[in-house]
Amino acid sequence: MPRSQKIALGVMFAFFLAAPLAVYPVFLMKAMCFALFACAFNLLIGFGGLLSFGHAMFLGTAGYATAHAAKVWGFAPEFAILFGTAAAALLGLVTGLLAIRRQGIYFAMITLALAQMIYFYYLQAPFTYGEDGIQAVPRGMLFGVIDLANIWAMYGTVMAVFFAGFLLIYRVIHSPFGQVLKAIRENEQRAISLGYDVTRYKLLAYLLSATLAGLAGATKALVFQLASLTDVHWSMSGEVVLMTLLGGLGTVFGPVVGAFIIITMENYLAQLGAWVTVVQGAIFVICVLTFRRGVVGELGNWLKKPL
Amino acid sequence: MSDGVIKIGVLNDGSSLYADLTGQGSVVAARMAIEDFGAAKKGMKVEVLYADHQNKADVGSAVARQWYDVDKVDAIFDVPNSGVALAVSQITRDKGKAFVVSGAATSDLTGKACSPNTIHWTYDTWMLANGTGNAIVKTGGDSWFFLTADYAFGHALERDTEAVVLKSGGKVLGKVRHPLNTQDFSSFLLQAQASKAKIVGLANAGGDTTNAIKQASEFGIVKGGQSLAGLLVFLTDVHGLGLEKAQGLIFTETFYWDQNAQTRAFGKRFATANRGIHPTMIHAGVYAGVLHYLKAVEALKSDDGTKVIAKMKDTPTDDPLFGKGRIRADGRKVHPALLVEVKKPSESKAPWDYYKIRATIPAEQAFRPEKDGGCSLVK
Amino acid sequence: MRAPFRTTAMDSIFGVPVQALFGQLLIGLINGSFYALLSLGLAVIFGLLNIINFTHGAQYMMGAFVAYLLASKAGLGYWWSLALVPLVVGFTGVVIERLMLSKLYRLDHLYGLLLTFGLALIIQGLFRNEYGTSGLPYAMPAELAGGRNLGFMFLPNYRAWVIVASLGVCIGTWFVIEKTKLGSYLRAATENPALVQAFGINVPRMITLTYGFGVALAAFAGVMAAPIYQVSPQMGADLIIVVFAVVVIGGMGSIMGSIVTGFALGLIEGLTKVFYPEASNTVIFIIMAIVLMFKPAGLFGSQK
Repeated sequence: MPRSQKIALGVMFAFFLAAPLAVYPVFLMKAMCFALFACAFNLLIGFGGLLSFGHAMFLGTAGYATAHAAKVWGFAPEFAILFGTAAAALLGLVTGLLAIRRQGIYFAMITLALAQMIYFYYLQAPFTYGEDGIQAVPRGMLFGVIDLANIWAMYGTVMAVFFAGFLLIYRVIHSPFGQVLKAIRENEQRAISLGYDVTRYKLLAYLLSATLAGLAGATKALVFQLASLTDVHWSMSGEVVLMTLLGGLGTVFGPVVGAFIIITMENYLAQLGAWVTVVQGAIFVICVLTFRRGVVGELGNWLKKPL
Repeated sequence: MSDGVIKIGVLNDGSSLYADLTGQGSVVAARMAIEDFGAAKKGMKVEVLYADHQNKADVGSAVARQWYDVDKVDAIFDVPNSGVALAVSQITRDKGKAFVVSGAATSDLTGKACSPNTIHWTYDTWMLANGTGNAIVKTGGDSWFFLTADYAFGHALERDTEAVVLKSGGKVLGKVRHPLNTQDFSSFLLQAQASKAKIVGLANAGGDTTNAIKQASEFGIVKGGQSLAGLLVFLTDVHGLGLEKAQGLIFTETFYWDQNAQTRAFGKRFATANRGIHPTMIHAGVYAGVLHYLKAVEALKSDDGTKVIAKMKDTPTDDPLFGKGRIRADGRKVHPALLVEVKKPSESKAPWDYYKIRATIPAEQAFRPEKDGGCSLVK
Repeated sequence: MRAPFRTTAMDSIFGVPVQALFGQLLIGLINGSFYALLSLGLAVIFGLLNIINFTHGAQYMMGAFVAYLLASKAGLGYWWSLALVPLVVGFTGVVIERLMLSKLYRLDHLYGLLLTFGLALIIQGLFRNEYGTSGLPYAMPAELAGGRNLGFMFLPNYRAWVIVASLGVCIGTWFVIEKTKLGSYLRAATENPALVQAFGINVPRMITLTYGFGVALAAFAGVMAAPIYQVSPQMGADLIIVVFAVVVIGGMGSIMGSIVTGFALGLIEGLTKVFYPEASNTVIFIIMAIVLMFKPAGLFGSQK
């Protein structure tokens, strides 16, 4: 890990450790869940070059699975999260096999369409309780001893999950697997001619991204004690694209920063109603036209250090 | 008083499906109630906060938590969308605050999900199904075909209404479940037409209802002798459709601005402050709820949520919009319901002159009997 | 769906009378008209610009809204709208192309998708702020009010007009692109813009106008929709996702392909509404998944 990234990691860790003293902890937990979601998404677009417009399906599926397992089956929180994550991974495998048959904008459209199908399914399925969502999900006792109803226990858990996910992604990016992925992104034909099974690499990246997005969704369901349609809707898929784009596609810390900015904005602009959408759209347009490296990308470029 | 200020939070949909029938209009209604209560003269400082929950339960519950924890809000009002309302009700209970629902429909709020910190003011699904179903069967509409939105809310509306129709001696000839947010209803309307049922019941809401009504007029459903019964229709929906398309539609409301001198005065004042849009029953419910809340706070000299709600239940209600009434132990506010029919364009004499009142259902029959709800607060 | 649905009379299929089935097929064809118009617009834009126009749904909505505004503010009726609205909305498309899209041609095509997605959010948000969400009424043109009884169904005149008009526009577009000189330039520019430029044809202007034309098609569909669907800011948001699926099924390679797929999927969706209405909003996505399994490039497409 280069020094610049070590410092950034340290700053990030210190921030999430100290911030709850000054900032509303529920808000920080939400930000961490979305940061993990965005990092998982970034793994696919930033390092695999695949733009998924349907990532909400993993976030939402894991949320529903976790909430159902915890509430109806009485799973302990660690198993509920595990179950939710596994459900997202399974969905990732099925949709991945279909979606990676095309690339570029087709891939984006296909993932969007598949996610919309999943959305309609959850809308009708009785176990999701439609518009009401699965409410009052018990947080339970972690490993049978830690009561997650305590906000600090929950905060610590979310922080642990977030950093574990983040470091895993970092590890993957810098492994030989990640290098092959980058090679595919840069020049697929050449990677094929070098003898790499491109389809398998892509599928693995997609699967990993889906699983980690699921981990974020599962954790979020326990934090808010709620699983709802919001997390499966296409606008959520759009939001994660926005977070990553704003933070910096293909940067390590960009998605975290992007998620934080967008969540803060939504929080403080909530009174403005439809203007939130307009502002989000404007950020998209500005990023694409003049700011394609994103906040962290520009910063890294200015510092001449990878971030 | 906890901090010398009574803070009221109006939480609703400011930007999508329910923005016109709740939205900023509910803030206007809350402000009018504070003014009419004479808070300033009585030396009470009352502030109104507003937030848009975007119809998302997670956004709504995040706002509610933050309002209670950080902004010291004492009571939350309105909250359309049953999912969000149920979440806010739970949080309000945990925090010992007060919650007066006007916008949400689910009768669970005073049934199995009832809470000592929640009052449900304006209407609910049971009342809509019962009022519309019962009254229509009694006036001769004894065979039904349901057009149902295919999700939990639509199913509940259909189930409740069907039960009432059967109980009143009517029969159900068929039903079709359409996906939520369907644009084109023609296929479903043809099935309804073929059923030859006298009444086509629309067990859906918002854009689905208006689209279905618009296309029913195109396919000549009403001209062909069938009637449409809306289960969840508001004044603003009728306004959006126009009388040409909406005429003849029958449904249940609990408030109409053109009922008497007092409601007319309220309607005029409200419309002036709200871009000319006249008050829906939800706006009226926010007004009356805030008024009654402030009376209870004044009497108690405290804004402790749990105590205020208890006081509100103990005190008979009296306001210019719903008249005299009461709040039951389960949190249900009871008042009469109105079965209305949308006027023909030729019958409407002024803008927003939309309804004929066909029947008034007395308060005690309009809502679900207390013992049937399964609320744990009812002994 | 085999044995349990067997009926004794010959005039019904799976328990649905044949006559009613005709009605439903016709309805499906009408809905297919909208899919065809919209996917045609997407295909035309994609052909030359290599951009998937995510703003398409918002532009369809704008079409309906501009028609509403022309009627309520300027007193111009349906027929005026049908002529004027595509021009007005198409012109906004030209502005968007000149100011924004043209800056992205040298980049990854994904940026075009992201930009148009952002624009769609902006446009829908602005309209929601201004006009709320419960929708606005738009009157049926008097000439097309009423309907006729076809024996098997009551067909509103307006719906018949929708089929005729959209078929006309679709075939007209196909003819211009495939059979005229202008179209041949267009197709040539798709293959090799530099070469066509060298022949003295102003390719950038052709690209601009093509985008404007694609947008105008969306706006035209919007005007067609205004009298029958509620005019509301969200009317295009979900529709565009279905149209994306239609485009994936058809493959973007051919103009005719997108037209045929649009109508065909309308028919299939219509049938689903009769036999299994619960799946009517997912059936197109399911078909997409099946097509992807066996023919990843789409029914009429060639894998690029």
